[in-house]
Amino acid sequence: MNRAEFSVRTAALTVFAAALILVALNLALPTHSAIHVPAYIVTLAGKYLCYAILAVALDLIWGFVGVLSLGHAAFFALGGYAMGMYLMREIGTRGVYGNPILPDFMVFLNWTKLPWYWHGFDMFWFACLMVLAVPGLLALVFGYFAFRSRVSGVYLSIITQALTYALMLAFFRNDMGFGGNNGLTDFKDILGFSLHAERTRAALLLASAAFLSAELLLCRALVRSRFGKILIAIRDAEDRARFLGYRTETFKVAVFVLSAMMAAVGGALYVPQVGIINPSEFSPANSIEAVIWVAVGGRGTLSGAALGAVLVNFAKTYFTSALPDFWLYALGGLFILVTLFLPNGILGALAFHRRGKSAETAANPVRAKGSLV
Amino acid sequence: MPSCFRIRAWRVFRTPVHGRSFCIAFFALALLFVSALRGEAETSSADLYSALASHDYENMRKAVEKLAASDDPRAVPILSALQAGRLFADTDGELFIRNPDGSLEGAVSGQRIAGELGKNLREIRINNTIRRALEGALGRLRLFAPDPNVRAAAANAIFQTRDESALIPLERALARERVAKVRRAMQEAKAALLLFSPGTPPKTKLEAIALLRNRGDQEVAALLSELNGQPPEVMAAAKDAVVAIERQQQIWNFLQIIFYGFSLGSILLLAATGLAITFGVMGVINMAHGEMVMLGAYTTFVVQQATLRFAPEWLPASPILALPFAFLVTGLLGVLIERGLIRFLYGRPLETLLATWGLSLVLQQAVRTLFGASNREVMTPSWMSGAVPLGAMTITANRLTIIAFSVVVFGSLILLLRTTFFGLQMRAVTQNRAMAAAMGIRTPRVDALTFGLGSAVAGLAGVALSQIDNVSPNLGQNYIIDSFMVVVFGGVGNLWGTALGALTLGIVNKFLEPVAGAVLGKIVVLCLLIVFIQRRPRGLFPLKGRAAEA
Amino acid sequence: MSPSEPTSAETLLYLDGVTVSFEGFKALNNLSLLLERGEMRAVIGPNGAGKTTMMDVITGKTRPDAGEVIYKNVDLTRLDEADIAALGIGRKFQKPTVFETHTVWDNLLLANAGNRRIFPTLFARESPDERERIEEILEQIRLSDHRYRLAGALSHGQKQWLEIGMLLAQEPELLLVDEPAAGMTEAETEATAMLLREINRSRSLLVVEHDMGFVRSLEAKVTVLHEGSVLAEGSLENVSNDPRVIEVYLGR
Repeated sequence: MNRAEFSVRTAALTVFAAALILVALNLALPTHSAIHVPAYIVTLAGKYLCYAILAVALDLIWGFVGVLSLGHAAFFALGGYAMGMYLMREIGTRGVYGNPILPDFMVFLNWTKLPWYWHGFDMFWFACLMVLAVPGLLALVFGYFAFRSRVSGVYLSIITQALTYALMLAFFRNDMGFGGNNGLTDFKDILGFSLHAERTRAALLLASAAFLSAELLLCRALVRSRFGKILIAIRDAEDRARFLGYRTETFKVAVFVLSAMMAAVGGALYVPQVGIINPSEFSPANSIEAVIWVAVGGRGTLSGAALGAVLVNFAKTYFTSALPDFWLYALGGLFILVTLFLPNGILGALAFHRRGKSAETAANPVRAKGSLV
Repeated sequence: MPSCFRIRAWRVFRTPVHGRSFCIAFFALALLFVSALRGEAETSSADLYSALASHDYENMRKAVEKLAASDDPRAVPILSALQAGRLFADTDGELFIRNPDGSLEGAVSGQRIAGELGKNLREIRINNTIRRALEGALGRLRLFAPDPNVRAAAANAIFQTRDESALIPLERALARERVAKVRRAMQEAKAALLLFSPGTPPKTKLEAIALLRNRGDQEVAALLSELNGQPPEVMAAAKDAVVAIERQQQIWNFLQIIFYGFSLGSILLLAATGLAITFGVMGVINMAHGEMVMLGAYTTFVVQQATLRFAPEWLPASPILALPFAFLVTGLLGVLIERGLIRFLYGRPLETLLATWGLSLVLQQAVRTLFGASNREVMTPSWMSGAVPLGAMTITANRLTIIAFSVVVFGSLILLLRTTFFGLQMRAVTQNRAMAAAMGIRTPRVDALTFGLGSAVAGLAGVALSQIDNVSPNLGQNYIIDSFMVVVFGGVGNLWGTALGALTLGIVNKFLEPVAGAVLGKIVVLCLLIVFIQRRPRGLFPLKGRAAEA
Repeated sequence: MSPSEPTSAETLLYLDGVTVSFEGFKALNNLSLLLERGEMRAVIGPNGAGKTTMMDVITGKTRPDAGEVIYKNVDLTRLDEADIAALGIGRKFQKPTVFETHTVWDNLLLANAGNRRIFPTLFARESPDERERIEEILEQIRLSDHRYRLAGALSHGQKQWLEIGMLLAQEPELLLVDEPAAGMTEAETEATAMLLREINRSRSLLVVEHDMGFVRSLEAKVTVLHEGSVLAEGSLENVSNDPRVIEVYLGR
């Protein structure tokens, strides 16, 4: 009966298969072939998949636990910065200033020594560890305090927004040691493979697709377990779950941390593909935009979140180049229309038609409670 | 030539002289002064003017000194022109001043002269020695200027440069000065001179210190700290005075920060009051609230442009004229938004949040389409610019106006809620919607009007913010998070809490700024707030009991 | 009546001098109450008498400003809801609260006693014992035919029963039941009273109720709350003849 079952496995498979086909059409075919896929499409697809990773992570905590985080892009960005730091160290002597240790922006700021928190990022495994550890730790501390003191609903949303806003202000500062305004950029290669090579880009797309598929399957397994049933129970009636003896805040913190870490992996895969990470990734607007991806695709459906991320970003790419002034109207309109007329997103609406109305009204997380909180 | 002698006498005065010899020298000097003032002034002036036109720098310097000591009313314009490189001489040695607008006037007569700057006129060039002499000379001359402000400024300049040659003219000026403020400035300048003059007896120095201590600002403290090699009692008095002044300065500093804090707090309050109504009273999360503020600011811009075109004489009043327009524009838009969007989402706060965020994007883009993406300049009328010193504090007029404005807006809102029938209906609907409906209150109408009111207040805030912030499509976004923080911090549903929350945040922010810097200060405040909300999820003044559960 | 020593073997729940105030308004004012093992107690009182607040205090939702709440020698005021639930106290809310997007079966499964920590729930499988127990409860609350329906699709009365069933699945020693008959038909009310009496054979109950007919059919000792403290206590006949009770409650 659980709607999370809805095509999640198919979605995971489709994502990976589609990525494989794209890569094959890119690498195996000569450039003059009619169905040859140019490299920029591969990178664009990889970018969309990273957004989808963030969307699925957000859907896990919003769709199944009812916690609307308006700061999830912060975890995405933190993961991106951790990867960016590795990529900066990889540049080595090929930077403008040719300093073997210090990244260019530090030389530019007349720094003589690598800050302590930059140590270890010359090792890939360490950077990967940090991609998970830093956002995970932040989510743990933040979630522990927020959920333990039972901050919920809109209040939680507002303080998550404040969190990402504070991080944005902090990362804009030069003396934070993360490149200030410009962020981290001019990356050369990853694990010795040039980031400009088509093969590297193809590999990054496949890695993103593989992680997204794995994430979808993991989330599916989670929400189908008894643990997942408890999450839904917390979403629908937290007090009831508490009085049944479940320590709901622990469950929330656990899922929040897991979701933050998955979002961070999305960010870490995103940075080598787009080639830059800067503080604007922390902007509260980014986090809210991620929420609309989930809402468009269908909250609480996992695969819908991924679908929404890809669709909305495809539209964004198209409109920002074709009709740049129109895009914000379209995005704004999307927020309004989806909340008013499509409260369960595309997949929710499809399921509604497929199963008939009577069964669905109850299964529907929005209409059943009349509230998203 | 008596004037030569006078310069010698100055030298006498400069060397350390004590007791009788000082008295004699002073007497002689005074006599010479009197003779110089009498009769000879005019004839010697003419000589001096021609000396200025000479090519001999030493002669010029002397002429400057002499002119400065004379009572000649033309001395100031001529010397100023010389300093600014606007003094010209013709081949006959007659002087002309070129005004900034290019016209010429006779340096001595002050009469305008028709015609252009001829080729036979040459600019009188000066060197650094003369430049220095000019500075001192003009400073002294200004002590006698007709404008008391100029005289006070001249006294202050002497206070700062401590040019001992100014002592005599200073005393002369002091003797005829009648304006109390200028007298005080002159006395302070004299005290500073005497304090650093080696010949002054300790008793006079102590008096000077006492006098300066009364002025009690940073400059005096700096001046007194420079003092050294003085008799012990003078040093002790100076040290005491410095300590006292510094303590006083700290108090003023503190008050100044409090004032800045109040100013920031009132801005936050203005931005948050509307939100306190829509979020606090109605429970509606309006992420487009910031855009209502922004629209208020653009309304001010439009009203000002209209005033400029149709009634320029009303321009200084344009921010006030803009108030009713901003109130109506944003109020009506608020009602529209409530009827067209919000009412479908009651009881679904997170969806309201998303929908209104979308609305904010649309509004921003609409403004961008209409007015362009760049900043629009809203002129600040003269009555709102400028500053008033209060003790050692600076009270700027625009900050003061905004503080007053926020008090008025807040006060009227409280009155509206407490005393009017609409306020009563609004509170009734907030507390128990079903019961209010049963009593015959048209709740949808009250909802729409309440939301309209909240938006209209945001519009008013926009009028005020247009005076201090850039009017751009992003204006609102800068305030939305702060406003939410204020409302949540103060306790949702409590307007007084909002006021106290805004002031607290404003003051805390301003106290943190000097320590941590503006950005870091803001980050610290945000973090403190995040912690605070977790400690007290319902704010400073929570509603308790059953109402809070609903 | 003044409570005896809390250490008595027969005493299950003991409240002494409990005070809770909201902005000057005292929801509970020096409330003392004693519940014996195996007892069913009906608590009545006018609106605002403090009935729900009392339940909030016992279950850890609200911390009292003063006073003690002892359950089997454990001080409940220091514990949170989950701990108190683990001690064997179950609570039914005034408004039926079930997991609406779960099936009836899953509702009971989640309520069923078991390890409530994160890792065990990740790998938990339904055991035959669990199934048997859930079947049993389904029978008891008359929802056997609705086991695969979503709880949100049940009628109001059925939700009340499901919630009681979830309490049973928790295997508590003490059940706090807040207005179980609210919004029920005559027949459903009757059936609910029977259900509670049946439960009382093996467990203690504290029932808050407005419906005097329902209270009568519970055949339990009655405590009357008024303005946050106990006004009278005894059999329903005794308290309903008490002039003070008539004045504040029944006489209205």
